[in-house]
Amino acid sequence: MPVNILMPALSPTMTEGTLAKWLKKEGDTVKAGEVIAEIETDKATMEVEAVDEGKLAKILIPAGTSNVAVNTAIAVLLEDGEDASALSAAPVAAIPSPQPSPEGRGSEGAKAAPSSPSALPPLPAGEGRGEGQRVFASPLARRIAEQKGLDLKSVKGTGPHGRIVKSDVENAKASGTTSAPKSSSALTSSGPDAKQLADMLGMEYTEIPNNNIKKVTARRLTEAKQTIPHFYLSVDCVLDKLLAARVAMNNAADGAYKLSVNDFIIKANAMALKAYPPANTSWTDDAVLQYKHADISIAVATPNGLITPIIKAAETKSLSEISNEMKDLAKRAKEGKLKPVEFQGGSFSISNLGMFGVKNFQAIVNPPQSCIMAVGAGEERVVVENGQMVVRTVMTVTLSTDHRSVDGAVGAEYLQHFKKFIENPVLMLA
Amino acid sequence: MTEQNFDVVVIGGGPGGYVAAIRAAQLGMKTAVVEANHLGGICLNWGCIPTKALLRSAEVFHLMNHAADYGLSCEKPSFDIKKIVERSRGVSKQLSGGIGHLLKKNKVTVFDAYGRLQGKGKVEIEKKDKTKEILSAKHIIVATGARARVLPGLEPDGKLVWTYREAMVPDFMPKSLLVIGSGAIGIEFASFYRTLGADVTVVEVMDKIMPVEDDEISGLARKAFEKQGMKIMTSAKVVKLEKGANNVTCHVEVAGKVEKITVDRVIAAVGIVANIEDIGLANTKVKTEKGQIVTGKYSETDEAGVYAIGDVAGAPWLAHKASHEGIICIEKIAGLRDVHPLDKSGIPGCTYAHPQVASIGLTEAKAKAAGYDIKVGRFPFMGNGKAIALGEPEGLVKTIFDAKTGALLGAHMIGAEVTEMIQGFAIGKTLEATELEFMHTVFPHPTLSEMMHESVLSAYGKAVHF
Repeated sequence: MPVNILMPALSPTMTEGTLAKWLKKEGDTVKAGEVIAEIETDKATMEVEAVDEGKLAKILIPAGTSNVAVNTAIAVLLEDGEDASALSAAPVAAIPSPQPSPEGRGSEGAKAAPSSPSALPPLPAGEGRGEGQRVFASPLARRIAEQKGLDLKSVKGTGPHGRIVKSDVENAKASGTTSAPKSSSALTSSGPDAKQLADMLGMEYTEIPNNNIKKVTARRLTEAKQTIPHFYLSVDCVLDKLLAARVAMNNAADGAYKLSVNDFIIKANAMALKAYPPANTSWTDDAVLQYKHADISIAVATPNGLITPIIKAAETKSLSEISNEMKDLAKRAKEGKLKPVEFQGGSFSISNLGMFGVKNFQAIVNPPQSCIMAVGAGEERVVVENGQMVVRTVMTVTLSTDHRSVDGAVGAEYLQHFKKFIENPVLMLA
Repeated sequence: MTEQNFDVVVIGGGPGGYVAAIRAAQLGMKTAVVEANHLGGICLNWGCIPTKALLRSAEVFHLMNHAADYGLSCEKPSFDIKKIVERSRGVSKQLSGGIGHLLKKNKVTVFDAYGRLQGKGKVEIEKKDKTKEILSAKHIIVATGARARVLPGLEPDGKLVWTYREAMVPDFMPKSLLVIGSGAIGIEFASFYRTLGADVTVVEVMDKIMPVEDDEISGLARKAFEKQGMKIMTSAKVVKLEKGANNVTCHVEVAGKVEKITVDRVIAAVGIVANIEDIGLANTKVKTEKGQIVTGKYSETDEAGVYAIGDVAGAPWLAHKASHEGIICIEKIAGLRDVHPLDKSGIPGCTYAHPQVASIGLTEAKAKAAGYDIKVGRFPFMGNGKAIALGEPEGLVKTIFDAKTGALLGAHMIGAEVTEMIQGFAIGKTLEATELEFMHTVFPHPTLSEMMHESVLSAYGKAVHF
């Protein structure tokens, strides 16, 4: 029986994506595990692998189609020995998707096989299911949400144990899949329309279309800067001991690793967060969540935009482990090949522009985290020690924090811990 | 004057007050209850509970009279009203004592005294011996309840014109009675005395009896009572009571004409009024409106640290509403999570007459008036095996759904044991079930509750047994 290939949900929050590219064409034979298409989600480009072996009989969603709802059938696979005539009997998109999409649910297919009610549709291919993040909602809330075209995942529940109840969906604005992009563009481009103005004034320009990563980043940063009460704390750190340690360790590594200053910064933050958990938090209306692990997001610039892969439980990892993991994450981030779990979550962020010679800057908090550390360049500066001017390598870091969860004293104390570790890397061994 | 400090002081030890006090103590708050009369309040001493005891006697008497229907014989059943009353008082006494133990077990201090708000977080208590003390508390909960409403010209005198209080402890069995008001209290007494053989007339000023109930249920109730020989006058008003030596002549105005009815006793059951007088409200910023204390979602008043729960804070005047308000209020004070305001559309109401009536949510008329497109399901007792086996073939289970969302808007029942069944719909409403969850629920066979299932199926044209 022909098998439908469904639009997979690549992350718990994904409701739709762009079918960027088909790597196979109709008529091609595919093996299980072979990459057949690329999908661009809000954060990354992902590969869709075939789960079954067979012939790609029909592509239902052409490359370049955006806003393809999760679980929509995107192609039909014929198994060994089946020919194209079986296609007409294929009940396309047999499992109802949460957001019914007009294409791919061909009713003629269902009509063609009315005599086989016992032939229950197969499970959808691959990741389409199984990534279960269960949404707790009352039956009535579910029904009203469905009628309003509301995604329950976007609704905050106020019932027992956060269950979504009727009043929650009644109060929630219908933010269906089509209206969401509109509202986000309204958020990010308020003010005079640059394009209109440029056209009016005859300014010359090239249009570079925004990909999903850029759009999502723009929306989240705008939201963060507008809704989170930011404040900033800077401190200078003397790096001489760190640099000496780095040389010694790299010399002894014999190629097993090559530590960068950034690796030390990650490690020092992990140790500081472990020593001082009040900075490792998220704000919620009811409570401040204090995280058990230092899951450190590191901002990586990629050709497609900004992405923040995570070194999870960094406080449990050695410098060399952090270093090697970071190299791998950064490489795959630049190739757009990170899995959602590798960049979603995180409890603390680091943004390092030191390599560009930036002395210091203020980063925007990466919600729902409370803190982001902006790292400037390590440079030789004249400092005064014991009444004497001496030359030291000094780096300025600036911590941006969400004042609701991390206030001035907490942020300052955190920086003390960080400074202690970064200036005396040997303490990280303790 | 000594002054004792508490975290919570509750004025009134009824079903609102004592429940709030126990919950407060459970949450670690130092708690006191100030009660001037009996722990358990009206509900336990002069309301819900003793009347259920009386009605149980009436029910057994009814069954004895119908013994032959069940193949049994019971010659000339008779009763002793004094012993019926004695049993009823015994039940109240037992339970009131039980509350005393519960409060003690939870380390709640009980003051056998009258409490008045003093403002600034203080309560003055006046003991039976007239000595006074001051209690100070971070949180004061007013749970002073309500009393029978008195209409001019119809003032109860405790002898010929009774309130619930005298009707509950009659010193003789009246041969004839006139009940003014057909709410739950009036109808329960009417049913009790009618079942024991009194000639009972019920006078209701509205155009139907049990005015808050669904029209259809109210109509069925009227039919059932009239079949038992009760005289029911609606859109009728008692304009004058002419008292004789041992009887009362009631002047009842119906459609412009006055009819004179002479009875042994009159029971005035024309509603209740909140006890807001002489509790020191003037010493606080607490506001009252239409004779009751104005409260917010969590029973807070306009005076910080003063809360009001139960009858004193308004309708519905039900013990279970008071208890729930008390718990919500205390848990909110304690800062617990998952505390939500009481949804008053989900409070069931029960009347324990013969037949019983139980309901929750909107009536058909109110659902329509609120603009809902509705689906109505009905299932009669006649179609239920257990009802027939019990010899209780009269009654109806009616359900009202929002056609658009499948939300259960209301459920209305009349017949045997419906007061024990209504909680099923209450749970459904709380869980925000739609018609599908009710349909998918397995009801045990044979039970009266199967009618609840069938009524839901009927609303969607799927009833099996009718």
